[in-house]
Amino acid sequence: MFRYITRRSLLALLILFLAVTLLFGMIHLMPGDPASVILGPKASPELKAELNQRMGLDLPLPVQLGRFYSGLAQGDLGLDVFTNRPVAVIVWEQLPFTLALVLAAIGGAALLGIPLGCFSAIRRNSLLDRVTAVLSVSFIAIPSFVVALYLLLWLAVKWRWFPAIGAGESGDLGDQLWHLVLPALALGLGWVGYIARMVRASMLEVMEENHIRTARAFGLPERSIILHYALRIAVLPTVTILGLGIGSMLSGALFAEIVFSRPGIGKLLYEAVMTRNYPVVMGSVLVTTGFFVLSTLVADIINATLDPRLRDSGGST
Amino acid sequence: MNSAPGFFSETFGKLRSDPLGICGLVIVVMVLLSAIFASYLSPYDPLEVDVYDRLASPSWQHWLGTDQLGRDILSRVLHGGRIALKVSLVAISISLAAGLVLGMVAGFGPRWLDRILVVCFDTMRSFPTIMFALAIVVLTGPSLNTVIGIIIITSIPTYARIVRTQTQAVRDRDYILAERAMGASTARILRHHVLPNIAAPLLILASMDVPAVVGMEAGLSFLGLGVNPPTPSWGAILNDGYSYLRNSPWPIIAGGIPLILVTLGFTFLGESLRDIFDPKLRGKGGDSG
Repeated sequence: MFRYITRRSLLALLILFLAVTLLFGMIHLMPGDPASVILGPKASPELKAELNQRMGLDLPLPVQLGRFYSGLAQGDLGLDVFTNRPVAVIVWEQLPFTLALVLAAIGGAALLGIPLGCFSAIRRNSLLDRVTAVLSVSFIAIPSFVVALYLLLWLAVKWRWFPAIGAGESGDLGDQLWHLVLPALALGLGWVGYIARMVRASMLEVMEENHIRTARAFGLPERSIILHYALRIAVLPTVTILGLGIGSMLSGALFAEIVFSRPGIGKLLYEAVMTRNYPVVMGSVLVTTGFFVLSTLVADIINATLDPRLRDSGGST
Repeated sequence: MNSAPGFFSETFGKLRSDPLGICGLVIVVMVLLSAIFASYLSPYDPLEVDVYDRLASPSWQHWLGTDQLGRDILSRVLHGGRIALKVSLVAISISLAAGLVLGMVAGFGPRWLDRILVVCFDTMRSFPTIMFALAIVVLTGPSLNTVIGIIIITSIPTYARIVRTQTQAVRDRDYILAERAMGASTARILRHHVLPNIAAPLLILASMDVPAVVGMEAGLSFLGLGVNPPTPSWGAILNDGYSYLRNSPWPIIAGGIPLILVTLGFTFLGESLRDIFDPKLRGKGGDSG
């Protein structure tokens, strides 16, 4: 097991390293130098040269990359082009908003999806099961930003049940949670369907197993069989999926943050893209990619712990 | 080998017993037709500005209302379908072809090459797609080709991974060994034995990818990073609607409905086809994220 974890972690590090290098290379090798993009086409050559020097862009690429990595090792992601503040600090300030949104979305999705999947498995082929199946597929398919826009349009603008913009007063937890409802719903709705399907499939599998039959033969009430014996096992694969969900939701959060004008990494990145603020783009993509790789790693390790067969096959599928 | 008409009628026969599959098929056909005949179906020029009739609600003149420049939303929605389908068709076919080649090379080639390719695939997949897209757009500027390029780059690893797994599964079968013993070339084995085995699941996967690609194009255009104005794209209609949300809800309602229809149509059809061709996959759920 230890060997597997070490090998899998090294692979994750290699992938992250390659991804960052690739991103770095792309930003610096693509036509059009960042300085003229930032300063506009009419900027004087002296001004461009000064900015290039300030951002270290006049150095050879390997040296720049070396500098970037040595900075990264010390938690330094460079300086914001416009405000001169450290990018690491800016990203660190925005991260809690995105994490809160992602956790609320995935938590809500699990709270709705697990019972829904469980009920559809128990009442297989019932009307509820069929409706859940159609809804699950629909929730998964519809783009989250369309859901976000419709929620904003109806629940916030038309009926005014929920606030339309922002993350709430800082310090007022109730207000912050209130502001979290719609974005989390938009982000998590697809996952409700996904989790419901997962739980249903694994419940159906578990209910056929011997220990459930034994429990039934002992005359245990159906309710306690489902809750204590079946669901407990059936939920395990979903836990892994939740890990993966956190990673991919970090990027999905971008739309929810923009539609509901919430602070967060996604909005930070979007604004940095719009203003061509390269160091901030680099920093925020790096942090989200890091989270993504990390959550995949954790999910793989949990999977391997649960299913020893995976340890020999090299992990990631 | 099935003859093509027999194959289609058999598939359609099975599809008929699945109401959701039929529903998906009807939606997909309707969307395809409306996109192909957009020029004939549109009551107005999608780019025609009418400043006296801005942000109008639906009426007999404008069935879905008008946007902030007085352009007819129905005409824009119909023409937007062309953009969405063009992007999906081009992006999915190129990434499918490239993924097929790379996946077969990884699955059938030497082990060292396989390892290198797998690390490359995993590296590409480790970027959260939308973040990667934003990083590319910041460099190249928004355009339809950029969107297509981004979708191709981010989809190839997924296809290649699946082709690789399937190729490996076929590679060690006895009949392939026999074929090899008879002196068949790798190219022949790949073309005659591996390709037919992986074609059906791959095509179903591709059809189920359409919603994700359409959503991606619309998402990027919604952010103002996809098609350039005034090109009508569903994402761009939503973007316009978002800016004038408090003045008129119609652009958002009208821009969102085709997106929902297309994603549902292709998903229902894809799920149904998958159940017909590969019942083993049933209940395992699609690839989300």
